[in-house]
Formats: sequence, C-alpha cells, structure tokens
Amino acid sequence: MKTLLLAVLAALSLSACVSVTATGDLGVVIERADGKVAVVNTTERTVLAEIDGLGDLSHASVVFSRDQRFAFVFGRDGGLTKVDLVTQRIAGRVLQSGNSIGGAISQDGRLVAVSNYEPGGVRVFDADSLEMVADIPTGSKVVGLVDAPGRRFVFSLFDAGEIWMADFSQGPSPRMTRYANVGKQPYDALITDDGRTYIAGLFGEDGFALLDLWHPERGVRRVLDGYGRGEQPLPVYKMPHLEWLTVSGGLAYLPAIGRHEVLVMDTATWRQVGAVPVLGQPVFIVAQPDKRRLWVNFAFPDNDKVQLIDVESRSVAATLTTGKGTLHLEFTPRGEEVWLSLRDEDAVSVWDVATLTPITRLNIAKPSGIFFTPRAYKTGM
Amino acid sequence: MTAALRLVAMLGAVALSVPAVAAEPPPNRQAELLALLHQDCGSCHGMTLRGGLGLPLTPERMDALSVESISETILSGRPGTAMPPWAPFMTADEARWLATQLQTGGNPP
Ligand code: HEC
Repeated sequence: MKTLLLAVLAALSLSACVSVTATGDLGVVIERADGKVAVVNTTERTVLAEIDGLGDLSHASVVFSRDQRFAFVFGRDGGLTKVDLVTQRIAGRVLQSGNSIGGAISQDGRLVAVSNYEPGGVRVFDADSLEMVADIPTGSKVVGLVDAPGRRFVFSLFDAGEIWMADFSQGPSPRMTRYANVGKQPYDALITDDGRTYIAGLFGEDGFALLDLWHPERGVRRVLDGYGRGEQPLPVYKMPHLEWLTVSGGLAYLPAIGRHEVLVMDTATWRQVGAVPVLGQPVFIVAQPDKRRLWVNFAFPDNDKVQLIDVESRSVAATLTTGKGTLHLEFTPRGEEVWLSLRDEDAVSVWDVATLTPITRLNIAKPSGIFFTPRAYKTGM
Repeated sequence: MTAALRLVAMLGAVALSVPAVAAEPPPNRQAELLALLHQDCGSCHGMTLRGGLGLPLTPERMDALSVESISETILSGRPGTAMPPWAPFMTADEARWLATQLQTGGNPP
C-alpha cells in the first residue's frame, strides 16, 4: 500500500515536470486592430494564447531574446512590450515615445533598440529590465533599424537622408558614425544575414544606399541607381518592406518602388542584372528557406495575391490568390509550410510549399506581422 | 461681360459650391470607405490616423483645412511626396465624404 502511494506520488510529480514549453516551434502573430498578439505553435498549427494590452499595433514588429523565451513587440504608439512565450504573459512594458516603427536586438541579446518617428530618434533598453540605456535623438523619422555584429545598431533617417551607426561595443554610451547625403527619403533598410551589408531603399529617388560594414570607412555608396530609367513612377499605395535580403545563386532581389518589378542584382558587383515583372507594387520579397523560389506580396489594390519567382529562370512561376489583405508571410523554420496573414479575412492561412495548396486556417482578428522564434538566431531579424 | 457669359460664370460658381453638400454614399460603401481609411490609409498615416510616415490626420489638423482641399489631396495625391492619388478607387463625392469623416474623427476602428 505504502509503495503504491509512493508510486502514485512519483507519477504525479513526473507529470508535473512534463508540462514544459519548448519555444522552438512557437511564434507570434500581431492582431493589429485589437492591441493583441496571438502566440502560435507551428507544429500543431494552433493558437496557444492571446495576449492583450499591447496598445496600438498597426505596423508592429517583433524580435526575440536569444533563448527564444521572450518576444519584444514594438508598437506604433511607442510601446515596447516584452512577452513571455512560456508563461504567456506580459513580462514588462514601457511607453518609450509617441510614435515608433521598429526595433532590433543586439548580437549578444542584451540591448533592445527602438526606432522612433516622434520624437525622431533611437532609444536603447536593457533587454532584462527594460531600463533605458541610451537615447539617440536624430531630429528625423528613423527607419530601417537593424542590429549588426559587434554590438552595433545601424539605422536611416527618412527626412534627413542619412545613415547612422551606433557602436555599443565599448559600453552604454555609443560611438556614433554618421553618413550624410545617402539619398532622398530612405524608407526602410535591411542587413544581409552575414551581417556585412546594410542596404537602405530610397523613396525620393530610384536607387539604394549600401554600407559595407566590413569597411565602414569606405562610406555609403549608391547601388541600382536610376533603375526606373527616368520613367514616370506608378503610384505606391503601400511602402515596400526590406526585411530580408533574398540572395540566391549570387543574385539578390529587391523591390522597385513605383514600378511593378523585382530588381535583380549581382552581389559580387552590386550591379543590376535584370528585373522580373510582377503584377503589382511588391511589398515583401521572401525566399523559401531552400532559396529556390521567392514569394512576393503586393500593395493595395493587389494585396489579395502572391507571386512566386523561380530563381533559375528568373520569372514568375505561379500566381496564387491567397486572400484579401495578404499583409505578411513567414515560413516554418525549414520551409515546408508558409503562414500568410489575411487582414481582411480575419485569418491566417497555412499553405503547403511543395504542392502550393492551403492546409488550414486559424481565426485571428486583423492579423499583420507573423514572427517565428527561429528569428532569434538571425542577424537583422 | 455679356449677360450670357455672366450667367455661365454664375452657373460655374453654383456648380462649384454644390459639392459642399456631398451626396452620402450608401451604408455598405461607407463601411468600405472607413475600412479603407483605417487599414490602407492607415499603413502610412497610422491605423488610428495619428501619423506615421504620412502626416497625422487628426480632427484638430483636418478642421484647419477645407473639405475641398482635403478631398483634392485624397483624389490627386501630392506629387513629389509619398501621398498617392486615390481617384481610381473612389468618386469625388466619396472623397468629400471621407474628408468630412476626417474632420469629425469619423468612426475610430
Ligand atoms: C503610401 C503612403 C500613403 C498612403 C497609403 C496614404 N497617404 Fe496620405 N499622405 C502621405 C504623405 C507622405 C503625406 C504628406 C504629404 C506632404 O508632405 O505634403 C500625406 C498627406 C495626406 C493628407 C494631407 C494632410 C495635410 O495635413 O496636409 C491627407 C488629407 C491624406 N494624406 C489623406 C489620405 C487618405 C484619406 C488616404 C487613404 C485613402 C491616404 N492619405 C493614404 C502618404 C500616404
């Protein structure tokens, strides 16, 4: 009898230990209208929890702590919220400015930087305590903030047409490097996954500004200059996002602005080698993890479709009608499935990448960005 | 000026002043326009219209402008800036109705 009781107790305590949460297949979906995020599981394709009280999340983005436990959510109202994916609760929140746009986490995972529109600048916080470590006013709207190796953050100034680098390698007061006259109205930027090349897209002219972080002393140079060949640009109903630089087979793919094209660039010379015509203004260009095809979504009024570009033939291989308000897409870590947010259908749709067919839908209100935890290990994510 | 010409000029003035009483779009179209305002205009102006890459479109700021000038900006955009023309997607009456919604802070999302 006594041994039986012990056995039961042992079993109970074992089962208590079993309820661990592995974060490797989790993710966060922004519910932009309700100030909520949904915590999702990409293996089970389920919503695990909805977390409330994150403020204005139109245009929100997310980075992850290096242990994949915490999601740092950057809201439009200047809110920086630290969400614990294990307990599914808010672990900390600061309202750090009036109007912000994005953020980044340092290589060592200790600093979280937020870029702000109003007042323009970058603020840097301790990732543990969310206490402010540094304040970098710029007098201009800040876009395209990324982390770079060596505890650096790089960002662009929309109004001033500059690129700044803040180097925190020596401690909490950053060493600043400023590059002026990089081009008119940089609207977003990205860093290559090796952390070497920072590229800002320009809205006010046809071209991109490139900074080689292996040789910051060489300054910023212009690439893909004049890709529009002086033609009258088409109206742009939504700004493209430079989130990933899709490099496959030595070629990189970037969205044109005011032209329904994906620009193709040789990464050895950073010269344009072609352009793939697509059906609308490209917004996100994301490669499948095997890099064989690129998935492109579009600005209003073409935001119900996604086109796939085959990198071998450099042409559109498929056009999918994915649903109204297709705002963002994220691949599962090894790329067998892709999740698409359908804002105007209040759903996230999961597609099979091999067969190009939808598998299931999750009911999520006004979804926008989708962020899976493997981003924790990627520079610039 | 001949009487006939003066009449034409007067008619012109009348025609110009008519749009101030913009025809209201039917309710389902109003819902579409408000969704467009908060979602698609919101991608630049912020979903709550408090500003982003585009200027804030708050009632305090919109009240300082005329319905005509707001709807003209909506229909034609502002060349040389990121503000695109919306004439392909709405009529002049609908743009005026949206302008009045902006001035009254119409239906937050
Ligand atoms: C792609 C980005 C973008 C989108 C989408 C957009 N706007 Fe704009 N809008 C701007 C920018 C940038 C300005 C500021 C232009 C300037 O500097 O004069 C602006 C200016 C305006 C102004 C003038 C504000 C003022 O104070 O003078 C109005 C009104 C306006 N937009 C309404 C709208 C409406 C309504 C929609 C949707 C139907 C819309 N916008 C969609 C970017 C955008």
